[in-house]
Amino acid sequence: MSATPVLAAEGIGKRFGGFTALDDVNVAFERGRLTAIIGPNGAGKSTFFSLLSGAVAPTEGHIHFEGVDVAGEPQHRFARMGIARSYQITNLFPQLSVHENVRLACQAMHAPARRSLWRDRTRYTGLADEADAALAQVGLASRRKRLAASLAHGEQRALEIAVALASRPKLLLLDEPTAGMSPEETKEMMALIGRLAAERTVLLVEHKMKMVMGLADRIVVLHQGKLLASGTPDEIRADAAVRRVYLGEGRSGRG
Amino acid sequence: MIRDIAPVQIAPTRIDWPMLAQRWRVPLLAVGLAALPWIVPSQALAVNILIFGLYATGFNLLFGFTGMLSFGHAAFFGAGAYGTGIALARFGIGWFGAIGTGIAVASALALLIGALSIRSRGIYFSMVTLALAQLIYYIALQATGWTGGENGLRGLTVLTLHIGPLTLNFLDPTVKYYVILAFVVAALWAVSRLLNAPFGAAIEAIRENEGRAAACGYDVKRIKLVAFVLSGSICGLAGALNALHLSIVPIDSLSYQTSGLAVIMVLLGGAGTFFGPFIGAAIFLLIEDVFSLWTVHWQLFAGMVFILAVLFLPHGVWGTLVSWRKGREP
Ligand SMILES: Nc1ncnc2c1ncn2[C@@H]1O[C@H](COP(=O)(O)OP(=O)(O)OP(=O)(O)O)[C@@H](O)[C@H]1O
Ligand SMILES: [Mg+2]
Repeated sequence: MSATPVLAAEGIGKRFGGFTALDDVNVAFERGRLTAIIGPNGAGKSTFFSLLSGAVAPTEGHIHFEGVDVAGEPQHRFARMGIARSYQITNLFPQLSVHENVRLACQAMHAPARRSLWRDRTRYTGLADEADAALAQVGLASRRKRLAASLAHGEQRALEIAVALASRPKLLLLDEPTAGMSPEETKEMMALIGRLAAERTVLLVEHKMKMVMGLADRIVVLHQGKLLASGTPDEIRADAAVRRVYLGEGRSGRG
Repeated sequence: MIRDIAPVQIAPTRIDWPMLAQRWRVPLLAVGLAALPWIVPSQALAVNILIFGLYATGFNLLFGFTGMLSFGHAAFFGAGAYGTGIALARFGIGWFGAIGTGIAVASALALLIGALSIRSRGIYFSMVTLALAQLIYYIALQATGWTGGENGLRGLTVLTLHIGPLTLNFLDPTVKYYVILAFVVAALWAVSRLLNAPFGAAIEAIRENEGRAAACGYDVKRIKLVAFVLSGSICGLAGALNALHLSIVPIDSLSYQTSGLAVIMVLLGGAGTFFGPFIGAAIFLLIEDVFSLWTVHWQLFAGMVFILAVLFLPHGVWGTLVSWRKGREP
């Protein structure tokens, strides 16, 4: 059998008023694996990530991270415990520099710096270096002085990843990192994700089916807020229910 | 053509003016303010710019840097003024201790109002601060035994200041100006340190994108509360200095017009800039000074200038200069 999971969702659900966006999802993620989460539009994938990253508290169920029940904890605790997320819709600090965007994420993880009201921020040189390392990893080193808002779309997507990486997460959640990217940029991004997944546990929401099939160790399929299937890419490809609701649509629809 | 005849490009040693201005911002502003009595038409105007510039600076910490628009900062200006005035007039505390009392009262009130108001966001936050500040206004208006009510608090004239072996005549306008300046510069130095510290980075992150700041691991509520209290205590110091300057505490210190003054001054000068609040205070008070001599309708002119500034200089006078300068960089 496999090792204990990094993260386990136990019966989690989320209702928005009368609408159930996520319903009784049970799934565990093993350390070091790259798991892709797929499902049609509105399936609840982003909502699932919001629950796992603490942005939204589940209305039902438990989330165990490294054995501790974290559901209902404030969002900043999730980040400090080692869960970081990138967003489907670019979500940066627009009027700050590219470097500062990443440095802020490093600072938040460094308790003495985070609490400091008095010491000059430039004295924490380690944080600035860490930020530069994260920028280099996503290929944005040359853009460090630019404002985040002034970057091209593809570069902003890369910065999204760098900000998430900067907190050195144990669990990295990537919500459609290639959204709106050119085929060329998409290829680079998928290669980057492959490299990142070699060193940490990654969950990836992605519409581009073919890429996911080649890259992911496991696949989880959501449909209308419910867990439809989970397994290896081969198992998912062969699953009748998945073929019916997703793969057929995926070939003709987006992706 | 020119490129052809200049085969060797010698890189000119460019001076990084924005960087220098940033590093030396406290001494620069201190020198500017020290020269102010000789620049503006009257000493009285200079003192007002000093005090209201500091008040606007405190407000700017919350509005310009943390992104929270309070409509109730008169509460802290007034609390500082009444705290100082009551300490002097009712308890006979010395001038220095009285200023400390004013700051303490303003900070405590900021902790209370902050804790209640930061649960809301955006316009709801603004409305909660306005409502709570109005509550404080009416309490002060009714508690005539403590505050003097409508007539304001009187009987707190400070004649001399004893600083160690030194005895200063506080009735001398020049002495008064430089004593107040010393407090203002000390506060500016503290604000500058706060802004340069990781804390300054964190509040800017919250201004830019609260959700992402929380996702990065910042305890947004706590940081907002700290910013609120620090902002309130700086405004409290401004109020305390105003009480010493005027020798009375008018009830208007707590009025919503005083809250509005901070908003106008910061928007005029440039929200989220270090020099902006003082530039905004200077412009507004100059307009008042000049036009109120000609007409009782001077507020009409002030309003027109404000509207023009908001329309054509959305980043304020100083903020526009800064972004223009940034835009020219390669
Ligand atoms: N804050 C909210 N309030 C109400 N309904 C919401 C909210 N957030 C999401 N929903 C609804 O929940 C459902 C799931 O949304 P979610 O964004 O999780 O889907 P998704 O699988 O990420 O879709 P996509 O592929 O389009 O990104 C959708 O029907 C959406 O309209
Ligand atoms: Mg989504």
